[in-house]
Amino acid sequence: MSIKINHLTHIYGADTAFEKKALDDINLEINDGEFVGLIGHTGSGKSTLIQHLNALLVPTSGEVLLDGVNIYADKSKLKSIRQRVGLVFQYPEHQLFEMTVYKDVAYGPGNLGLSEEEIDRRVRSAFETVGLGEDIYDKSPFELSGGQKRRAAIAGVLAMEPEVLILDEPTAGLDPRGRDEILEAVKKMHEMRKITVILVSHSMEDVAKLVDRIIVLSKGRVALTGTPREVFAQVDKLESIGLAAPQISYVFAELRKKGYDVPNDIYTVADASEALYRFLKQVK
Amino acid sequence: MIRDITIGQYYPADSPLHRLDSRVKIVLTLLYIISLFVINSFIGYAVVIGCLAIIIKMSKVPFKFMVKGLKALVLIIVFTAIINVLTVKGDTPLCKIWLFTVTLEGVFYAVKMCLRIILLIIGSSLLTLTTTPIKLTDGIESLLKPFQKIGVPAHDIAMMMTIALRFIPTLLDETDKIIKAQQARGADFDTGNLLSKAKALVPILVPLFISAFRRADELAMAMEARCYNGGDNRTRMNVMEVSKADYMAVAVFVVYFAALIAIRILI
Repeated sequence: MSIKINHLTHIYGADTAFEKKALDDINLEINDGEFVGLIGHTGSGKSTLIQHLNALLVPTSGEVLLDGVNIYADKSKLKSIRQRVGLVFQYPEHQLFEMTVYKDVAYGPGNLGLSEEEIDRRVRSAFETVGLGEDIYDKSPFELSGGQKRRAAIAGVLAMEPEVLILDEPTAGLDPRGRDEILEAVKKMHEMRKITVILVSHSMEDVAKLVDRIIVLSKGRVALTGTPREVFAQVDKLESIGLAAPQISYVFAELRKKGYDVPNDIYTVADASEALYRFLKQVK
Repeated sequence: MIRDITIGQYYPADSPLHRLDSRVKIVLTLLYIISLFVINSFIGYAVVIGCLAIIIKMSKVPFKFMVKGLKALVLIIVFTAIINVLTVKGDTPLCKIWLFTVTLEGVFYAVKMCLRIILLIIGSSLLTLTTTPIKLTDGIESLLKPFQKIGVPAHDIAMMMTIALRFIPTLLDETDKIIKAQQARGADFDTGNLLSKAKALVPILVPLFISAFRRADELAMAMEARCYNGGDNRTRMNVMEVSKADYMAVAVFVVYFAALIAIRILI
């Protein structure tokens, strides 16, 4: 499903002392099946932007089109929009409430009014995608580890089988292992289900490793957009808005400064090791 | 929707009202509430509305902001009006609805009751709108001090209130977030009968309680880590002082109150 955003502006607390322009004339297009990374500083409007994509927030002006249809046009279709655009909030484990993990994941599909069998199929498939086994089905969500809770919460959105999945900082506050598990699951979702994924993150490493395209927000505006290669090439601009390129690219910049002829477009550790290997072979 | 609740919220501005001593404001607000029950004629209401309008203008808080706070209470106001219109007995019947006779006196009485509630809410919300929570609780603590001798834990009460007030916006934000998260999972809070609506609240209330307990626990720990142990022998960073403006406010209020009593007796 393609998303098109036209001149989207959002102002919080309009006409009060707390007035704040969170989004300022955003124009974007996200294609079907794309894996997009949305990065930006705290307060850049990332969370506000994604809440417009499934009609949780109503824009002050502008519009959001899903497959060419304005999502605010028909209020009665809100539920179907929220099913088609799955949104996983920051710290999604805070929304867990059911007695068992299974029931919690079944809450979303249950709200869609599906049959018992269909719900069961979706729940099992969602658990499988996020890598949680049957042994935890009957546990209380509060018995799980941090990473497991997070994956269970993501499964809760995934079980609605959305065509677009948006994840807001899915790795925040997790240890490295929990982070890898989540990112692995996200990657699998994108590959297996061929859905559009929007990953909000401030970890350049995570974004560089996974996404096809990066959108950089700054102060409610789109500051940069392009492939990771194109975006990270503009290190100066990124730094001027308080962001940075992946750490490994700084290592390579330093190497070039010292006179080693290594490539200048390396953003992931995997690429880096390969480039170094090739370089060392050349030197020999 | 949930952000519309303005009770207990502070509105930052620089006005004579913001600068008044919080103790004076608290006492005057309490007396203002009493004054609403002194009046019983429309002239009295006119005087109160006039005075309140001037004070609102002085406070520099947009009137819109206060009306927003009223929205949450529309139901109570409407309910009060209906009950009064239907049940108050009088001599001039207007019409008959089912078992009830609507009288002119009933309508008047209902209007007065609603006005009273509205004035009560707007007037007391002015206190919190123009006083920071810290100043407010400092004021309450200072006013409760004399009762400490008879065993009222003034400092503890004030601290609990400070914490409660401080967490109102946090918990509102949290509620907003949880509602959105459940809506993103297809939750529907608006349709269905009363039972299904009540059931729809469970996915909000459970996470909200858990998060409130978690926050309380974390805060208690953080306070203990900084050696908090009550208010004995604590000195203040900002010492409260009653200024000329405060005496003026009290004087103006005395005139206002006297006028209302005069109206009550004379009319």
